[in-house]
Amino acid sequence: MYLNATLLAQMGVFIILALFTMKFIWPPIVKALDERAARISEGLAQAERGRQSLAQADRTAAETVREAREKAAEVLIEAEKRAEQMIERARDDARIEAEKVMAAARDEIEQEGARMRESLRGRIADLAVAGAEKILRREVDAKAHADLLASIGEDL
Amino acid sequence: MSTTSLEVAEKVPSAGEYVVHHLANLNSSGHPQSAMIDFSIVNYDTLFFAILVGVGGLFCMWLAARKATSGVPGRTQAALEILVEMVGDQARTIIHNERSRRFVAPLALTVFIWVFLMNAMDFLPVDLLPFFWQKLSGNPHAYLRVVPTADLNGTLGLSVGVLLLCFFYNIRIKGIGGWAHELFTAPFGNHPLLYIPNFVMQIVEFSAKTISHGMRLFGNMYAGELIFLLIALMGMAFPALPLVGGSLLWLGHLVLGTLWAIFHILIVILQAFIFMMLTLVYIGQAHQSH
Repeated sequence: MYLNATLLAQMGVFIILALFTMKFIWPPIVKALDERAARISEGLAQAERGRQSLAQADRTAAETVREAREKAAEVLIEAEKRAEQMIERARDDARIEAEKVMAAARDEIEQEGARMRESLRGRIADLAVAGAEKILRREVDAKAHADLLASIGEDL
Repeated sequence: MSTTSLEVAEKVPSAGEYVVHHLANLNSSGHPQSAMIDFSIVNYDTLFFAILVGVGGLFCMWLAARKATSGVPGRTQAALEILVEMVGDQARTIIHNERSRRFVAPLALTVFIWVFLMNAMDFLPVDLLPFFWQKLSGNPHAYLRVVPTADLNGTLGLSVGVLLLCFFYNIRIKGIGGWAHELFTAPFGNHPLLYIPNFVMQIVEFSAKTISHGMRLFGNMYAGELIFLLIALMGMAFPALPLVGGSLLWLGHLVLGTLWAIFHILIVILQAFIFMMLTLVYIGQAHQSH
């Protein structure tokens, strides 16, 4: 309870310590706090922007996928149509070709048949002549009756 | 305790002598002050420990503040940030003047830390530092008080400093004319007959605020120290008594000393906080016009 000059000295120390705190301790801490707050708010704003651009990208991607799908469907339809046309044309070609081949074959058969008939006719005529020769060896002169034999052969 | 064992060699002190010896400051006169007020004397111990813990505490805070980063803070920086934000918030709600806060908020932080550290000197055993000092100085009767806030000079020094700051901010905010006008017209009103009562009232108000500000802290810490002394006395008395009674006293010293020290943690922080808040409130009042 005794007062003395310590009081004045304590007052001076008090002011000096307060000035030291004001100059060297308070500002760096407050600065760090303010800067951190600014960084956090900036980070939050960036996150918000990122979220928005992500949503935008999602929309764009969905749009692109939809367009691609439509285009693919179109291409598919076009391809089917073309394939059908090709099959149709191939079928027509095949039919024409087959008809050609069949016509050729028919011709050939006919020619072959004619040829066979011709040769058969020759052979029968020969046989007939030979038979007739054997029968008529003596009375029939092959030369004198050649015309007759030929007309018989023709009738066969 | 240790001191006693030293003093036992010469003369066992009575309880009264022990307490009185512990409550005398190491001052420039070399013996306890007799006059109530004597400005030719300085208490070396109060000033030494006040400056020691003040400079030490601020130095540690400076070390942390110097490397402060706006990135992820370390633990020390985080602790300091909590303190700064706590004090800054209080200052913001009490003092609505950005320019004043630039000094007053750090001032409040200084007050809080410094008063807390000075109060915390009470946690050291009451005889520890006096014992070392008596050994060091070679004088077995050397005086030493280690709690600067248990010395009225220490606490009134702070509260008078706050009073001067109140004057400073009154003048800065209201101007000399404005403040003088307020001194004579508040709180009762603006009338020539009321000038004198108003002024007397203002003087009473400022004195009451300053004295109660300093006395509250001093009273708490002085009483705390006194109780530590009484508990130490209890333990000291045990060799003089028969075995059972003596052991109980020794046990009492242990249990009560622990309890009081734990309770004192609360007082130390609470009183530092109250002192800081009142500093802010009084300086805040200097910013308000009646």
